[in-house]
Order: sequence, then C-alpha cells, then structure tokens
Amino acid sequence: MVLVMAIGDLHIPHRALEFPTKFKSMLVPGKIQHIICTGNLCIKEVHDYLKSLTPNLHITRGEYDEDARYPEIETLTIEQFKLGLSHGHQVVPWGDFDSLAMVQRQLDVDILVSGHSHRFMVYKHEMGMVINPGSATGSYSSMTYDVNPSIVLMDIDGLRVVVYVYELVDGEVKVEKIDFKKTSTTT
Amino acid sequence: MMISDAMEDEEKWLAEGIAGIQHNAFYMHRALDSNNLREALKYSAQLLSELRTSRLSPHKYYELYMRAFDELRKLEMFFKEEERHGCSVVDLYELVQHAGNILPRMYLLCTVGSVYIKSKEAPAKDVLKDLVEMCRGVQNPIRGLFLRSYLAQISRDKLPDIGSDYEGDGDTVMDAVEFVLQNFSEMNKLWVRMEHQGPARVRDKMEKERNELRDLVGKNLHVLSQIEGIDLDLYKETVLPRVLEQVVNCKDELAQYYLMDCLIQVFPDEYHLQTLETLLGACPQLQPTVDIKTVLSQLMERLSSYAASSPEVLPEFLQVEAFAKLSSAIGKVIETQGDMPIVGAITLYVSLLTFTLRVHPDRLDYVDQVLGLCVKKLANKPKLGDSRATKQVVALLSAPLEKYSDIVTSLTLSNYPRVMDHLDNGTNKIMAMVIIQSIMTNHANVSSADKVEVLFELIKGLIKDLEGDSEDELDEEDFNEEQNSVSRVIHVLYNDDPEEMLKIICTVRKHIMNGGPRRLPFTIPPLVFSALKLVRRLQNQDGDVAGEENPATPRKIFQLLNQTIEALSYVPSPELALRLYLQCAEAANDCDLEPVAYEFFTQAFVLYEEEIADSKAQVTAIHLIIGTLQRTNVFGVENRDTLTHKATGYSAKLLKKPDQCRAVYACSHLFWVDDQDGIKDGERVLLCLKRSLRIANAAQQMASVARGSSGPVTLFVEILNKYLYYFEKGNPQITSAAIQGLIELIKTEMQSDTVTPDQTSDAFFACTLRYIQFQKQKGGAMGEKFDTIKV
Repeated sequence: MVLVMAIGDLHIPHRALEFPTKFKSMLVPGKIQHIICTGNLCIKEVHDYLKSLTPNLHITRGEYDEDARYPEIETLTIEQFKLGLSHGHQVVPWGDFDSLAMVQRQLDVDILVSGHSHRFMVYKHEMGMVINPGSATGSYSSMTYDVNPSIVLMDIDGLRVVVYVYELVDGEVKVEKIDFKKTSTTT
Repeated sequence: MMISDAMEDEEKWLAEGIAGIQHNAFYMHRALDSNNLREALKYSAQLLSELRTSRLSPHKYYELYMRAFDELRKLEMFFKEEERHGCSVVDLYELVQHAGNILPRMYLLCTVGSVYIKSKEAPAKDVLKDLVEMCRGVQNPIRGLFLRSYLAQISRDKLPDIGSDYEGDGDTVMDAVEFVLQNFSEMNKLWVRMEHQGPARVRDKMEKERNELRDLVGKNLHVLSQIEGIDLDLYKETVLPRVLEQVVNCKDELAQYYLMDCLIQVFPDEYHLQTLETLLGACPQLQPTVDIKTVLSQLMERLSSYAASSPEVLPEFLQVEAFAKLSSAIGKVIETQGDMPIVGAITLYVSLLTFTLRVHPDRLDYVDQVLGLCVKKLANKPKLGDSRATKQVVALLSAPLEKYSDIVTSLTLSNYPRVMDHLDNGTNKIMAMVIIQSIMTNHANVSSADKVEVLFELIKGLIKDLEGDSEDELDEEDFNEEQNSVSRVIHVLYNDDPEEMLKIICTVRKHIMNGGPRRLPFTIPPLVFSALKLVRRLQNQDGDVAGEENPATPRKIFQLLNQTIEALSYVPSPELALRLYLQCAEAANDCDLEPVAYEFFTQAFVLYEEEIADSKAQVTAIHLIIGTLQRTNVFGVENRDTLTHKATGYSAKLLKKPDQCRAVYACSHLFWVDDQDGIKDGERVLLCLKRSLRIANAAQQMASVARGSSGPVTLFVEILNKYLYYFEKGNPQITSAAIQGLIELIKTEMQSDTVTPDQTSDAFFACTLRYIQFQKQKGGAMGEKFDTIKV
C-alpha cells in the first residue's frame, strides 16, 4: 500500500497567497510516500514545504516555475503501476484527452498525471488513466472558471489504485473516490 | 587576599558569637528549669549581648539573631507562666529594664511586652507605643533594624485589628496602623543611614549589605496590607500618604526603588486604581537616579492583569481616568529625568501601550495618542541608531498588530506611519515584513483604496529603494523573500465592488511602478492576475453601469494591463511578459474584444521575435502561443490567418528539427477546434501534418549523415498518433490509406539497419498499435472506421 499525492498549479505567489490551511492540516509528514507535482509551484518555499512532507518528491516544470531545472517529463514505477508526469502546457490542445492519451502511449504509462487547466479530471480508458489534480490553491486559470482548490491522493496496492480527490468547496473539504484496476502486470 | 581574610575573620567571629549564645543558653535553660527568674534574666542578658557585635555583615548577623530568637521563645514561655516565677507581668516589665546594656534590655522588654499584651492587663496600644518609642535607643543601623524586626515579629498577632482579641476599649485599628507606620518609618531611617556610615565602605559591598536587609523594612508594608481593618478610605487617607511621605523624604535611591515596588506588590490593585493620582504624584518627586520606568511598568502590568481578570472593573478605569493619569505621569517623569536615554522613554511608552491595548482595546484614540507621544519624543532627532531603542520601537509597533487581528484597525492609527519614519532603513524593512506577516497570519482583507494607500506607505521600504539604501546591502535570498511577501500581500487587497477594486488595482500599480527593475518581476504578475480576475467578474455584466461616471470596464482594465506589462521590458523579462500578454489575450477573447486580443498577440509575437533567443525558451514560448491561439475564437478570418501564419512560420524555424516537427504538428490544431462552431479546416490540418512529416524525414537524413545512423522513429510515431487523432474526429482529408502507409513506413524504418533501436519508441509504437486494436474492437461506427486499418 503506497500513498501518492498528486498536486500542482499552486501559482504561489503570482496567483495565490498560500496553500490552503485546511489541506495543510490534513497532510502530516511521513504519511505519504511519494508526491508527484505537475508544476507551477512557483517558488522555492513551496518546494521546501512539499519536501518536508516526503523526500520522494517528483516535480515537472510548469511555465511559471522559478526553478528552470525541473524536467519536462518524469516517469516512475510504484507497485504494479507505471506513472507519467508532465505539466501539460506542452500538449496542444490544452486539456484535450486524446492528445494527452498520446503522451500516455508515448511514455508507456498506466497513469498519466498532467495539469495546466486547473480543472480536476479523471479520465479512464482501456489502457489506463489520465489524472489532472487541478489547482491546489484554486488559482486563476484562463481556461477554467470558478476553480475550487483540489488535491489528489492515490492509494496504490498491487494492481489496484483508489483515487481520492479532495476539493475545498465553500471552506469545507469534500472527498470523492474513484477505483481503478489494471488487467495485467507491468512487463 | 584581604577579602578572603576578612571573610575568614567573619566566620570566626560568628562562630564565637554562636558559642557565646550557646554557652549562656545552657545556663539560662538551667535557670528556667529551676524557675530561677534572676538567673534566667542574668544569662539571657549575657546571651543577648552577643548581638551587640559590630563585626558581622547583615547576612551573618542574621544567623546570630536567629539563635537568639529561638532562645527568647523559651524565655517568653517562662515569663508567661507566672506561677513559675511569681512575678506579675507588670513587675516583670519594670524588672527587665534594669539590664545593663540597652540592646539586651530592649530585646527582653519586647519579649515581656508580648506577654504583657497577651495578658490584657494593659491596652495593646499603650504597650506597643512604649516599645516602638523605646527602640529609638538603638541607633546603629544593623542592630536597630534587627531589633525592630523582632518587635514587628512578636507584635504581629497582637495588633488591635478588627475582629482581633486586642480590639476594643479605645484600641482601634488606627492604633495598629500608627504602630506599624512608626516602626516602618524608624526602620527606613536606620536603613538609609547605612548609606552614610563609615568612609571606608566600598560601594558594591554597601549595596549588597543594604539589599540583604531590605526585606526587614518591606515586611512592615506587608503587615499593613494584612491588617483587615484597613479599608480603601483608611488606605487613601492615612496609610498611603504616610508611606509615600517616608519614601519621598528619605531621598535614598535604593530605598525609594524598593519601597515603591513593594508598595505596588503588597496592596491590592483595586486600591492602586483608586489612588492612582497620589501614587503617580510621588514619582517625579523621587531621586532622579531611581529606575522609575520599571516601577511604572510594574504598576501598569498589574493594572492590566487586574483588568483582564475582572472585566467588570473596566468602567472604574474610565472613571478614574487611569489612562490620562498614567500618560501624564510618564510625561512628567521623562521631563524631570532630562538625561534619560531614548530607550528609556520608548520603553515607558511600550508599557503604556501594552496597558492601553489590554485595558482599553476599543479606544483607538488612546492607542494613537501613545504613538503620538512617541513621535513627539523622536521628533527633531536623527534616525535611531541605538539598537535597544530600535528594538523597543519595533515592540511598540508590533503590539497593535498582535492585538488587532484585523490589519485595517492598525491602519487607522494616524501616528503609526510617523513612528515608522524614524526607523533606519533596515529596521523599517523588518517592520514592514512584520506587518505583512500579521496580515497573512490573520487572513486579513484590505478592501478600500485608501487603506491600501496607507498600507503601501507603511511597507514602502519593501516597495522601493529608500534614501540611504545601498545596492550592495541587498542579500539575494532576503530580497527574494521580501518581494515574495509583497507579492502575496497583493492577494488580500480585494473588494467585491468593481469600482473600488479598480481603484485598488490602480493604487497598487502606482506604488509598484516605483520599485525598479529588480522588483517588477515579483510585483507585476500578482497585479495582473488580480486585474484579470476583475475582468472576469465584469465580463458577465453588460455595458456601462448606469449612473457611474467612470465605470470599470474590461477595456479600461486591458489598457492598464498593457501599460503595466510593458514595464517588464525595462527589467528585462521578455519570457514573463510574453506569458502575461497571452493570459490577457485569452481574457480579451472571452470578452469578445477582437482588437484588444489581437494587440496582445502582437505584443507576444514581437517579444518572441526580438527578445527570446534561447532555443529552449523559444520552444516553450511557441507552444504557449499555439496553445493560446488554438483556444481563441474571437478573430475574424483575416486576423486569424495572419496569426496562424506567423505561428506556423516560427514553428518551422525553430533551431532543432525535432522541435520544428513537434511545433508544426501542434499548429495543425489551430485549424481544427472540436466545438460545435469551431473551425474544422481538414485540408490545412493535413498540410501541417505533411509538413511535419517532411521535417521528420529530413531529421532522419540529417542524423544519418551526421552520426552514421538515423535517430529513433519516435517522431514518426507521434505523427502517426496525430493522424489517428484527426481520423477519429472525422477529418475527411485523413484517410485510412495514409495511416496504413505511415504504419508501414514505421515498421520498415524500425527494421532498417541504419536506425538506432530504441526501447521507448518501440514501446510507443506497440502502444499505438494496441490502441488501434482497442478501437477496432469497440464496434459500432468507431469499429467500422478502424476496420480498414491493418496492423
């Protein structure tokens, strides 16, 4: 059982003041094994905070990130799942599932995590899942109106992953659950 | 050497004294056992003679005294049992006065006096008066103090207090008060006299010895505070004036400080509140060297706690005008102690402010007044150099922030910015950070342009370079932290009303524009996004709001944004500016403002052409342009053509062939928007894909020439995927034959010797083929479509 948090598009300090306290109080150091971040933190302070939650921090570069050394793409394997990570501004049309599915095939991953649109989405298809964790701070997006802060937590266990999405609606945290099972093991 | 010699000697003398006491005590005990009064008196007098020594320091004398004290207790018990010695207490009282030396005589007299009062054969007040006056016979400070202390100890439970056994028949609480006050006065005089004794005394030693004795004097005040019969009136009319008289008149720094402090500690806060004027009136009359600040701070601290623990007494504070009195007293003290350093005065103001915030938090006028006093004190002086004074000023300014979680309250204090002006630049910035931190911790919201103006005035040290700032002082990490804080604070400046919000935005803009090139990259983005959020709110409103003279409109805001982002060219920050222009373009698109959107795209392209030279930056930039353009639908045919032409042109001109290839096939999406009324130009899509295919081919050829083997087939697989994308969407120009051809091409390339085998591209191709299989198996229209493709 491995806990992986997917998070991104915080845009601190350009578009948001801070990481929501309601989320912060949920996240205890040591509980989460991996954090995958789609990008646009944007400053070192946010990086350091995420690092304090777990040393296994994977970040890809967003177009506003202060640190230009983050990679464009990252892949990692957790239990029976191969995960791919990319911010998403590189994939035109932005937010288009079929274009993202191509990236998924290109990286040969079961789960592709991508952001940029600030809209939380989980798209399941025969070959895997595409997850957009939305914006952790609910910050302004030219693409999406009325963004609620959201983060995603994945509980990966063998061939099964349970995706929990936490959304801050009117000051309260709401949770939704999505199940996904792989049909075959990773070669 | 001399000191330790002296210490050794003292030890010796103390040992001798103790031995003397023990020796005589032995014989005294024998006399007591045999009920021999004469002998008992003789040996007790000898025992007490040991206390006549001048050789001991107070600390050592105390040890001797305690031994004697213990012995006197036994003697007292003997005196009480008249049947044992057969002498009436009246006679006893007379008998002991025959003792040779005055000190033993007085100790014995006090001891008998205790029994006398208990017997009630004479009024308590008479005995007490007699004793307190006769003690005058001992004028040596140390000996006198201990003697009177003895008197105080044994008389404690025999005072004619209300409800005590000794009250009544002319004996009243007044008598008790008189007795204690008199003993106190005499003891204080003795204590002060020590200061002037003996020329050979060293300063430190004197102070130490005096301090060792202070509790003996202070005990009297404690006793007074315990007298039940003293009510507020008695305290006000008699006790306080008499005590203060003694304190002021003794003109002794050590005594004054200690006794004022003692007074404040032992009597109830309720009394202090009601006698505030009298108490404070004594302060300027004290010696100038007395640390009156600490005394006043203590007093204010106690009163604050009093108010905090019993909120029902708050009206009393107002009624006695506590604030005004304290304020004026502090003023007088600062005035009379002319050479008080600045840190002293500020510390007093900090105490007063703390008091005010705890007792009268709703009286902002009082708070502002205190700040005003500080401003006056600092006026006409150069900027504070003394770091302790600076620390106190920072404490002064931080106090309201901590008390009032809503920053706006602190912003209304007119003297606040004036105090800040007196800080040096470094501290000014620190204070500005404290203010910002307070705003963020309390999730405050500043909602009017006026308040924003005040706030930015306060934090101006962070917003722009102040006079006297030197370039080299700026540590990069600190600077970044400062600017990120300013960035974040911009997000709490918010008002629901669009007009007011626009005013806020203009105010912020006005200030940050003075920040200089180092600050703009931090401060402009949050302002831009703040403005874009406002635009979004307004785009749902139609046209001009009736009755508004200068309504906030998206168009106006875009003008402002244009001018603002332009300033980034002075930094220069072309990549950031490009991104912001594109954000604005998309927002303008959503507002249906074609010319405005076109203008923003133009700006973005100009930056791309002229300022962005780094190839990696170009790749990102062109994708951002393509991505934004793909989403815009406001353009007419001509404008759209111009822009897409530019985009595809630049895509093809990127430095590296693979980048060119990818950018060009990304451009294909410019001609196909999946909406209902979106553009769906199948031909131009195909043109783009074919072009990217040509580039991919060229890339392969170049690689085989340059390196001897072609690169991996990834690009071809990507293009294949794009063909599949449009095929699925129903682009008639994309045929299954074309797709088939591409599949065959890839297969051939993969098997060719010249191609570098690559696991990733192999996996990619395999995935793609698997995907085609899935689609075939879907059945229905999709299945039919894909049926024509053979894998």
